[in-house]
Amino acid sequence: MSTPSADELFKSIDYNPPASGWMETPVDFSPGNWCYPAKEDKTEYMMNYLPEAFGNPREWSPEDADWKLPSNWREIVMNGFRERLDKYRSLKVFMDICVRCGACADKCHFFIGSGDPKNMPVLRAELMRSIYRGEFTLAGKILTKLTGSRVMEEDVLKEWFIYFYQCTECRRCSLFCPYGIDTAEVTMMARELMHLVGLNINWVLEPVSNCNRTGNHLGIQPHAFKDIVDFMVDDIEEVTGIKVKAPLNEKGHEILFITPSGDVFADPGIYTFMGYLMLFHFLDLDYTMSTYASEGGNFGLFTNSEAMKKLNAKMYNEANRLGCKWILGGECGHMWRVINQYMDTMNGDLQGSQMGLPRSPITGTEFHNAAVTKMVHITEFTADLIKHKKLDLDPSRNDQYKVTFHDSCNPARAMGLLDEPRYVLNHVCNNFYEMPKGTIREETFCCAGGSGLNTEEIMEIRLRGGLPRGNALKYVQDKHGVNMMSCICAIDRATLIPLADYWAPGVEICGVHELVGNALIMPGEQERTMNLRQESLPGFEDEDDDWTPPNM
Amino acid sequence: MNALYSLVFVFILVLIPLFGVGAAHLSTIFGICIPMTAIGIFLVFSVVKIIRWGRSPVPFRIPTTAGQQLSYDPEMFKQNKWDNPSNGIQTVIRMILEVCAFRTLFRNTSTSLHETKNGPVVAFASSKWLWLFALLFHYSFLIIVLRHLRLFLEPIPFFVNGLDFMDGILQIGAPVMYMSDLLIVGGLLFLLMRRLVDAKIRYISLVADYFPLFLILGIALSGIWMRYYAKVDVIAIKELTMGLVSLNPHVPSGIDVSFFVHVFLVSVLLMYFPFSKLMHMPGVFMSPTRNMPNDTRFRHHENPWNPDIKPLSYEAYEKDFGPMMAEAGLPLDNPDNAKAPEEA
Repeated sequence: MSTPSADELFKSIDYNPPASGWMETPVDFSPGNWCYPAKEDKTEYMMNYLPEAFGNPREWSPEDADWKLPSNWREIVMNGFRERLDKYRSLKVFMDICVRCGACADKCHFFIGSGDPKNMPVLRAELMRSIYRGEFTLAGKILTKLTGSRVMEEDVLKEWFIYFYQCTECRRCSLFCPYGIDTAEVTMMARELMHLVGLNINWVLEPVSNCNRTGNHLGIQPHAFKDIVDFMVDDIEEVTGIKVKAPLNEKGHEILFITPSGDVFADPGIYTFMGYLMLFHFLDLDYTMSTYASEGGNFGLFTNSEAMKKLNAKMYNEANRLGCKWILGGECGHMWRVINQYMDTMNGDLQGSQMGLPRSPITGTEFHNAAVTKMVHITEFTADLIKHKKLDLDPSRNDQYKVTFHDSCNPARAMGLLDEPRYVLNHVCNNFYEMPKGTIREETFCCAGGSGLNTEEIMEIRLRGGLPRGNALKYVQDKHGVNMMSCICAIDRATLIPLADYWAPGVEICGVHELVGNALIMPGEQERTMNLRQESLPGFEDEDDDWTPPNM
Repeated sequence: MNALYSLVFVFILVLIPLFGVGAAHLSTIFGICIPMTAIGIFLVFSVVKIIRWGRSPVPFRIPTTAGQQLSYDPEMFKQNKWDNPSNGIQTVIRMILEVCAFRTLFRNTSTSLHETKNGPVVAFASSKWLWLFALLFHYSFLIIVLRHLRLFLEPIPFFVNGLDFMDGILQIGAPVMYMSDLLIVGGLLFLLMRRLVDAKIRYISLVADYFPLFLILGIALSGIWMRYYAKVDVIAIKELTMGLVSLNPHVPSGIDVSFFVHVFLVSVLLMYFPFSKLMHMPGVFMSPTRNMPNDTRFRHHENPWNPDIKPLSYEAYEKDFGPMMAEAGLPLDNPDNAKAPEEA
């Protein structure tokens, strides 16, 4: 199955819904339309820890007619539904008050790029609401189809699997809903229910089990983690001539630094990670990182609240063990959604007495806005440093980049972190351009790989979902020559690359702190001839030819 | 089809009082029994539903943030207080703007695809039609309901008289035409047309979406008919309504049958209300993404059912990876863990 060209894909989008009603329109179960189910052992592993939240480990494929559901699946799902209606007012209210005004209909990136009406947030939620009406309301039971209700059947559950794993929980629809109905919340509930009967995807469950065991979603074991960090320390030395320190699992430091492990693992996240290390070295910051809490991103958010809580708790657990006073958090999307909306409520009681109000040891700024979570976002921290003129910056070292900024959905719409990263960017590079209004800040478009969907087998769906972001990027590429899109989310740094290659070829992706690392003038550094990607800086291209690595 | 079902259904609803009062002379049933029952059902079941919502806790604060957060340095990063409130007062203002001005709908956009010589373009344009007509419809409805208070209150409060005067200030025709009558019909027709014309909206529209539109249209038109064409006996009607309010109901003679049609449709609306999407009216106040401040980073909140779940312990982690950690030079809490399991 080959991916169509960008032009072909664009032409294939049709916003006219099919002639058949949505309840009668069959779902496409052909490969490419779904993510691979979780491997049996991953489900089994998580069941050891959270047997109430995960179930039915088995080998199965969405392509087959028989999904090997437990014989009492209907009972399990319906009881789970009822339980969640009692536990979450959000779900109950969202099931009752939608008027189907359609304001959300053309707001979802998956709808914009696919035209599939079931990707309209209203209809995605109706997949669940129709069951709610049919099973839990009197009017729905009596009037059935007149109220748009139906009873729970296997086909419905299968439809849920396809479409609730075609929602990245980005909340853009919620922004436009006159009642604030949040499809992300509906998707989260549907996924919780599906996990009960083992309808899951590997790209969520494997990271969850890895995070539980190794501390990070990639399953990097502690010694390998240290190797990778050492490798980046060497690379920094090559660029700057300075050997930065990279403390791991050390006790007695003031600050615990946690970033998504995506920043440790792959391009271009590693350059962002190098930026952090350089910044901390420059400040001589009293901090440590941890291999046990080596993941900021919380893949539990994409399964159920139990797993989310369990994974998030590691952060406080490790701060206590290491004796840290507060936690500095790296550039990550859903990590910050969890920190902002759930962390203290779920795990606040785990905080040790040594933890206190975060206070920048460099500027003395007290972060009162993080008084209970004790967690500060790195762009808040860096913006504060810049304001107090504590950093020596040479933004011209980023002159080969024309930079734009992609607001990552979660910090934007579930936190409101909009200006801090822009402030940092405007001080570390000279060429910054905003993408068009309607595609940035709170109206930002998802990378289409969030919520655990950054997997290869649904690439066409991701590229379709990436259309609105990619098109906005193309606009600034054409208009201003933008060649670098920065972001503050590790999933973005992974998923925006194929998206940019497809919709705006020539644009690269970076984290904000990669550009900070480039611009930062470190005392005693050698003349910088290259950036963190080891590409020549302007004016040093010739020297590149006869350059040999220092260790040869 | 869904629209047609709804239209036919409302026609049948109109026929019921036409025959019931016009032919069978059951004016007591249609003038007193049904309206009283409807009000009872409306009040009881609406309250029940709101209580049911209220009984489910809000375990987590999940406001949608539509602007800059409260920063550690509010001067450097100016908070967008109405879109990303951080305290109760700001949240109340956000809700007032939402409920009174439909602020979210005001920011509605429409997305369209274009093929240009520079390649494909996804365009986003402001789209305020839904906001405008929804606002017209809801405010006309509110004014009309308030105007009707003159039938239920004696003496008539000053604001009802004022409203009445303002609504008829154009002084067109006799009796004076109310602007709200025109606007509500206009608003309803737009909302209806939108559902029928826009293929996407038509696809998601259920009988339950068309029915209330046709029903309210029926109510509005029957009201207009009564006032401007049938010219019903308002004194007699006030006698009836005051009887209802004082729980001493009787039906005076000489009331036109169109009044009973109007009252019957209103009764149906009241009875339908608690079981339908019309509950968005009280529901909007309870939406957790809108009615909570974004303050979870600096204010503690309790989850009433917070389950006791602990992370995988560091001890277990070190046991699992101890030998590799030792070899890599990572510090260990328990030196015994440095040995491979078979040595230990």
